[in-house]
Amino acid sequence: MSTPTELSESATPGSRAGQRTPARRPKPGRVRRLSKRDKVVLGIMVGIPTLVQLAFVWIPTLLSVLLSFTRWNGLALSDIRAAGVANYSYVFTDNPAFWPAVQHNILWLLFLAVIATPLGLLLAVLLDQQIRGSKIYQSVFFIPVMLSLALVGIIWQLFYQKDNGLLNFLLGTAGTPQAVDWFGNSSVNIWAALVAATWRHAGYVMILYLAGLKGVDASLKEAASLDGANARQTFFRIVFPAMAPINIVIVVITIIESLRAFDVVWVINKGTNGLELISALVITYLIGEGQSIGIGSAFAVILLVISLVPITIYLSRTFRKEKF
Amino acid sequence: MSLNENRPPAGNVRPGLDRRTLLKTLGVGAVGAAGIPLLAACTGGSGPGATPSASTSLTFGSGSSDDVPKAAYKAVTDAFTAKTKIKVTTNVVPHNDFQNKISTYLQGSPDDAFTWFAGYRMQYYAGKGLLAPIDDVWQKVGANYSDAMKKASTGPDGKMYFVPNYNYPWGFFYRKSVWADKGYTVPTTFDALKTLCAKMKSDGLIPIEFADKDGWPAMGTFDYINMRLNGYQFHMDLTAHKESWDQKKVSDVFDTWKALLPYQNPAALGMTWQDAAINMGKKKSGMYLLGSFVTQQYTDKTILDDIDFFAFPEIAMEGQDAVEAPIDGLLLSKKGGNNQAARDFLAFMGTPEGQDAYAKVDPSNIATAKGADTSTFSPLTKKCAETIANAKSISQFFDRDALPAMANNVMIPALQGFIKDGTVDVKNLESQAKALYAAQ
Repeated sequence: MSTPTELSESATPGSRAGQRTPARRPKPGRVRRLSKRDKVVLGIMVGIPTLVQLAFVWIPTLLSVLLSFTRWNGLALSDIRAAGVANYSYVFTDNPAFWPAVQHNILWLLFLAVIATPLGLLLAVLLDQQIRGSKIYQSVFFIPVMLSLALVGIIWQLFYQKDNGLLNFLLGTAGTPQAVDWFGNSSVNIWAALVAATWRHAGYVMILYLAGLKGVDASLKEAASLDGANARQTFFRIVFPAMAPINIVIVVITIIESLRAFDVVWVINKGTNGLELISALVITYLIGEGQSIGIGSAFAVILLVISLVPITIYLSRTFRKEKF
Repeated sequence: MSLNENRPPAGNVRPGLDRRTLLKTLGVGAVGAAGIPLLAACTGGSGPGATPSASTSLTFGSGSSDDVPKAAYKAVTDAFTAKTKIKVTTNVVPHNDFQNKISTYLQGSPDDAFTWFAGYRMQYYAGKGLLAPIDDVWQKVGANYSDAMKKASTGPDGKMYFVPNYNYPWGFFYRKSVWADKGYTVPTTFDALKTLCAKMKSDGLIPIEFADKDGWPAMGTFDYINMRLNGYQFHMDLTAHKESWDQKKVSDVFDTWKALLPYQNPAALGMTWQDAAINMGKKKSGMYLLGSFVTQQYTDKTILDDIDFFAFPEIAMEGQDAVEAPIDGLLLSKKGGNNQAARDFLAFMGTPEGQDAYAKVDPSNIATAKGADTSTFSPLTKKCAETIANAKSISQFFDRDALPAMANNVMIPALQGFIKDGTVDVKNLESQAKALYAAQ
């Protein structure tokens, strides 16, 4: 979620420093060494984030990988026993929820990419016009982004409830046997959850594209209209390509959102009965009463490996750019 | 100890911390450290391995954090103190936290006595050596309990570990007025139950109210059919994974259940037990297999007085001897085993006097000791109590008798799948059980 802001923040000081260094450098030939104090300050500035990173990211990741090859009930450390690849074979062959979870994560990705993200772009383009009350509409569409997904899940329960929900009421089926069981029917509930997730994702994408659209040089559009391009041509040939950096961010966000999709299904039925997701399986096996640390870790490692694909692609792209 | 840790290392005195304050801190630290053995001596617990010593106080860890049970346990400890002059220090922990952290709690520095559940959830920690056996307490209070209660309080090594406080039965609940209108009678055999269901369906009712969005309520149906087909002992062996899931006895349970599926509410997977209880309150359904807590949903007294229940009909063996009735009560931690006062406290909980003190404040549950005051019971509560008292075996509900990972991660999805299409893969249940029980 915080990816875009973090990126822009981390990019700014770096580029500033890059500009400043040559200006500051004294006459060539005289190398100014860092004083002891500078070294200490630098050491702390580099050391603390490194330690934080180690403590909260690398060490837990490494431990998860190690634990995924053990059996452990989460009690005494002496209860940990080596298990080889037993946990992985359990996940891949014995656990009936795993493959549906993978499918649902892919479905989630496709749905967000094909429906939710374009919807956000459409909203952004519409709201970027000089229409009256544009700010109000922006807020309306952005509010779901500020709500936690758990709350989103609860709000949508009100719409989807079988006998008293708004949706069945509008369809005129509330209280009749024809009422659609939006959450209980396992062939419908994933779509219901996806719509709830879209409601939120579209607002998120919208706000990013609004920022992107503001950043597109107006003279480009002017030049396009002078050349006789219509609105559609201007958008698809000029404006959209000019937003390339934003587009990459959106792609990454969409992939990440589909991998970490969790809250809505957890609120509905803890990720069972047609709503299986890998993230929900991780939590089921790692936290609370059904704790089996080894198996939960195996799920987490699988999720990590899948997540590494888009992250690697993204990082390699950004680093390639910085070389220029 | 923390005072010692706060002391800055010598030779690295920060500005603003002069020698005098440093010395003062050191002094406090030293006193603090010296105070620890004194404090330890006050708790009355001698070192592990010693025989129980006479003492005048104990600590009591309670997971009953809701207002009513919290006040009820306070009434018990007050009554105990008034009777014996032994001081009880109660530490109340929020209910879910207490449950989720029980293993670290027992491995750390637990209270002498604490609230917990019977069944596997008790036996597991007894087996890990984290609890103190209380056979001497049972010699005093054993006569107050039925055989079923005794069985449910026994650890895997045959020693006693648990003092039951209260419980509540599961059964088929129904509205008397609906049954009187249509002239239904209580079925005592499975065939009679099916006939009744068919009649209810033709009368336009949902015969058996059912809700399984949360996953666990369906375990009650599974447990009862399993016990009526294969007996209480098989239920215990299966949940302890001494029996394989991949056998005819287990698939028979599902095959038998299949006959009831068409009569259970088809919308079960989208409903919570509260939704289903409302349906029964509105007379939309004929009966509802659930725990007696279902009555909590009826705030209207006319509905509440209209509720009755009957035991799950007999199928193949044991008649109706086994009753599903989760029991809550008290345990002694390993440390508490050395404190005679804590043993006295558990013995007090096992007397009608102790249980009455509790039940006076929290009448929603049923006292487990014989001789407890039943004069204030409603007819329904009285019937619940009788059902439990007459039971030869008491099961604790699947999720309390089985490994939690098996109950939550395997059975919930499996039962939901079965409710959806009437199929279940017992072979897969067995391979999952193998993997999960092996990790314990």
